[in-house]
Order: sequence, then structure tokens, then C-alpha cells
Amino acid sequence: MAMANSVRKFIRKTRLFDPIFPEKIPDVDVSHEVLLYVEGLSVSFDGFKALNNLNLYIDDGELRCLIGANGAGKTTLMDVITGKTRPDQGMAYFGQTHNLLNKTEAEIATLGVGRKFQKPTVFEHHTVFENLELALHMDKSIRSSLFYSMNSEQLDRITEVLKTIGLSQVPRQLAGALSHGQKQWLEIGMLLVSDPRLLLVDEPVAGMTPQETESTAELLTSLAGDRTVVVVEHDMAFVRSIARKVTVLHQGSVLAEGDMEEIQNNPDVIKVYLGDSN
Amino acid sequence: MIGQNMSSTIATKPGMLSSSLLSSKGGNTFLGILFIVTLCAALGNQLFPPESVLHVDTYTITLLGKYLSYALLAMSVDIIWGYCGILSLGHGAFFALGGYAMGMYLMRQIGDRGVYGNPLLPDFMVFLNWSELPWFWLGFDSMIYTVLMVLLVPGLLAFIFGWLAFRSRVTGVYLSIMTQALTYALMLAFFRNEMGFGGNNGLTDFKDILGYDLQSDSTRVVLFVTTAMVLAVVYLMSQFILSSKFGRVIEAIRDAESRVRFVGFKTENYKIWLFVYSAMIAAIAGALYVPQVGIINPGEFAPLNSIEVVVWVAVGGRGLLYGAVLGALLVNFAKTQFTAILPEAWLFALGALFVGVTIFLPRGIVGLLNIRKKESLGR
Repeated sequence: MAMANSVRKFIRKTRLFDPIFPEKIPDVDVSHEVLLYVEGLSVSFDGFKALNNLNLYIDDGELRCLIGANGAGKTTLMDVITGKTRPDQGMAYFGQTHNLLNKTEAEIATLGVGRKFQKPTVFEHHTVFENLELALHMDKSIRSSLFYSMNSEQLDRITEVLKTIGLSQVPRQLAGALSHGQKQWLEIGMLLVSDPRLLLVDEPVAGMTPQETESTAELLTSLAGDRTVVVVEHDMAFVRSIARKVTVLHQGSVLAEGDMEEIQNNPDVIKVYLGDSN
Repeated sequence: MIGQNMSSTIATKPGMLSSSLLSSKGGNTFLGILFIVTLCAALGNQLFPPESVLHVDTYTITLLGKYLSYALLAMSVDIIWGYCGILSLGHGAFFALGGYAMGMYLMRQIGDRGVYGNPLLPDFMVFLNWSELPWFWLGFDSMIYTVLMVLLVPGLLAFIFGWLAFRSRVTGVYLSIMTQALTYALMLAFFRNEMGFGGNNGLTDFKDILGYDLQSDSTRVVLFVTTAMVLAVVYLMSQFILSSKFGRVIEAIRDAESRVRFVGFKTENYKIWLFVYSAMIAAIAGALYVPQVGIINPGEFAPLNSIEVVVWVAVGGRGLLYGAVLGALLVNFAKTQFTAILPEAWLFALGALFVGVTIFLPRGIVGLLNIRKKESLGR
């Protein structure tokens, strides 16, 4: 009996049969109204401290802007949250219960953390439609992929998103043939169809025209509330147009936090960041 | 492509999975040719007397059967390499394991007709003074058990290998080297007499299969036709798998694996199961190969064999199942012809072919025919 138990334990631990018996994931607990907890996070690469004892709390439903000079640790922070980089120290929790640091990228994505990369990364040899289909919020197990056929609800959702991102004329074009701006939009579209709880958006308006920038701002603002959005951006005009609360990162830790006005008048921030660009 | 409007996409998309099997032009041509050639060759052997011009001799039948099992092996490599980007240089191991399982069945069928006349033990065991059948030879007197083992043993090996390699995120050239090491290690192991698989000489002197004489023309024709049928069935099954959403995930893994993870797919599981599937196909190919050539020995595990398979796939055109088949058939036909004229030059020719194809025909012969990948998948 004890033997059977330990075998069962071992099998569960190795997750050998996950493809056949997927684990049930408990819901995200946001009873304290905080969706993302990041505490004391440190990451170093060959002695360089990319993140240095960083603390960050994102409330459920808020729209937060992260700004900071190059090398301030913005992208590294996103890497840690999405499971790409393991930190040396600290903790990151999604809601009250989900420890992000012991989960793989896929598990974190399944929990509802969606990410748009700085450099648009779409599946270049797949069509626009297929890119969205792959990102679609649904069971990502092998069995369901094998016998998958799209239902009308999902098709409507993709059609709707195609309209939103302005690619409804080219659903069957290979994503690799899109322009840089279109790839940006496609990636935003992939984020939308994946229906995430938390959207991490890394430099969404790079390579976009002023009109497109404006509609991106509108889109992100409209998403906040239902969802939680964290935007990393260099374009200060864009940040000004959407920001309710801004966090300034500097050398791997939080330098200042507050609304746009407070930030702009913060002497530390002026010294290290805004001072440079203005 | 660009100008197509949404409504046509909507109309074609949901039905894609079922229609893709039928609307693949290249695939239909392939199946059609396979059917006709198989039928003609089988009838030519059975219906026409040897002096007729339409007669196909048994040597040719066996040669064709051998080529078709190679084609099946090439298909298995294409599934894992062409579609998922995993360059396995060790698929010969799965092929040989499948072959050994079939060889063990054929050995047990010899019964007391061996040189030593032992009703239970194969000759090499008598020669080694073994008194009883090792446990892993039990059950191989049954065809059903043998077929199960042909699938299970290589499948399990592929699962363990894939589980260790893909979960540790070993990719690229490191993975290829590990697959080479796998097949090399197995070769060394099977060379040992103590392993109980006939050592250096392997398994041979087969007499019959399911009670039918392996030397008779009709058995040879049946084996050949079976191989062709298995090839067609595996082709259709693989086409179904690879044109499903599973296949699109697999291709996405080939192009940008880390991105697929961020979308929420556990890529290592996808890779493990595709690897297992591919290994099982390679094993089936081996099991069909052995009764037709009449011998299996550790030489089949040689790393060079696995590399040759990769060359077949590259020549035919990877990322297309019938491309792999075409490559296997052409290169092996060339090999048969070439080794008859200039045996020692064959490896040089093969190397030159690989270099030439890589430089001038990155998409293989199928690429030369300008058949687009997307079209072939019915999109």
C-alpha cells in the first residue's frame, strides 16, 4: 500500500502522464485585490544585477506603465514573470496561490498571463489566421489539438480580433510576409484571442504610425478593468496618453511610483530618466 | 492569397481537417502511383510466365519491397525532422529494433529445422551452450505478441529518450549527437553474444512466416503488397495528424519553440509524443524489412545508416511526406545501380549528392517540382 502510494507520488511528481490526464488548475485567487506580487526579486547575469531587490504589486484590473532607461530591468522582470528567467532571489505570485517561480512558461500562460514581446515574434511560416488559432484561449493538450475543429464561437472571436487589429483582409497571408507594424498588431491580436487575465505588453507602439499608436492606446485603456495590463514603453507621449499609474525602474529596482504628474515632478526621476530625454 | 476575403476563409477553415486528406494533390498522386505500381508488379509476378515480357521477377519484387520499407523509414525521419525540426541521426536504431523483434519471431518459427535441430533454441544459442530460452525471447512464437513488441519496445525507448532529452530542453546539434550515441551504443550492445540476439551474425536462416515459406514467390509478393499497404495507411494517418492543429503546433515548435511555450503549449510533451510516433513507424519499417531481406544484424544500428536516411529525406524534400518517400526510392535505386558498377565510390557519390542537394535544392526534388507546402496541406 505504501509502495503504491509512493509510486503514485512519483508519477505525479514526474508528470509523466500529463498529456493523458491533465492536472486541474485552481482559479486565480484575487481576494486581496492584488493580482501580481513581486517581492525582493534579484537576477544577475555574470555579476551584472539586472534586477536588484525589486518589489512590485499590480492590482487586479489596473493599467500600469513601466518606464525606465535601457538596462533598467523591464524586460528581465517580464522574463521572470513569464517563467523564461529564474531569479536568484525573491518571489513572484499570481493571485494569492500561484507561485510563478516554480512553473514553466506554458503553465504560466495557461494560468492567464499573456505576453507581447518587444521584438514581434509571430509564427512566420503560419498564416495570420493560424497564428491567431494557435494563440486561442482553449485546451492546449495534445488530445484536444489532434481532434480539434474550430467552433463558430471561436471563429467569431478570431474574425472580431482580425477586424480589431486591421488584418481582416489578409487572414491567409503568411505572417512572415507582414510589415513590422502589422506583425506588432498580429501579436497584439494573439494576446487578445488568448484571453489572458494579465497582459504584459513590451513596447507595443514601436514601428507604428501616430494613428496606430492612438488606436493601441485606446485598445489598451479599454482592456483595463476586466483585465490587468502592464505596459513597458519608451514613448513618453504614449505613456502620458494611457497612464494612470506609472512605475519607474532604475538599475533593477523601483525608483518611483505614482501618477504621471507625480512622476514628472519627482526630482530623482528627472535626474535619471526624464532629464535625459527632455 | 492576399486578396481573399474573410468569407472564403470562414467557409474553408472548419472543414479543413477532413478535406485536407482528399484535396492534397501531391498526396493523391503519390497514393495513386503507389497503388498502380504495387498492383502491376504483383500481377506481373503472379499472372505472367517467366518468359513473358510482362513478367516481374521475384528479385525485383523483393527489391521493391525493401525500397518501400526504406521509404517508410524515411517518412518517419521526415515527420520528426521536416515537421518538427528535430534532426534525429539515430532513427536506424528504432528501425533495427523493430527488425530484431520480427527477426526473433522468424527465428522461433524455424523450430527444429535449424542446423542443430533443437526444437526450442535458435542455432546460435545451442552454439553458445545455452540450455534454455532467455526470458525476453518468450512470447515471440506468437505474431500478435511480436507486432506488439515491434511497436512497444522502440516506442518505450523513444519515450524515455525523448522524456530525458526534451524535458531538459536539449535541442539542435546536441540532440543529434545524442541520437547518434544512442544508436551506436545499441550497436555495440547487440554485437555482444551475451546479449542473446545472435551477436555479430545477427538473426538469419529464416524459414517461414505465419506458416508460409519465405522463399516462395507468393509469400514475397504478399510481403511486398503488405509493405505498400502499410506505407499508404501510415501516410494517411500521418497526414491526418500533421494537418490537424497538432501539426500546426508541431510546425510552430520547429520555427519558434519558446514562443509556442508562451502561448501555453507544453512543447516538450508534443515533441515526446511525435518522437514516439515517429520511432514506431521506423520500427514497423524494420519489421517489414527483415522478412524480405532475410537477415538482421547489428550492422543495421550503424550510425552511418541513420545518416543515410537523413540524406534520403533531404534529397526528396523534407517537410513533405511523399518527398521523403521519393527521396528514399531514388537514392536507393541509385545505390543499387551504382554499387553494381563502382561499389567503392558509392559513399563519395552519396556525400556529393548531399552537399549538392543542400546547396542547390534546399527543398529537395519536390521543391524542384515547385509544389508549395501550403498547397499540399490543402490550404
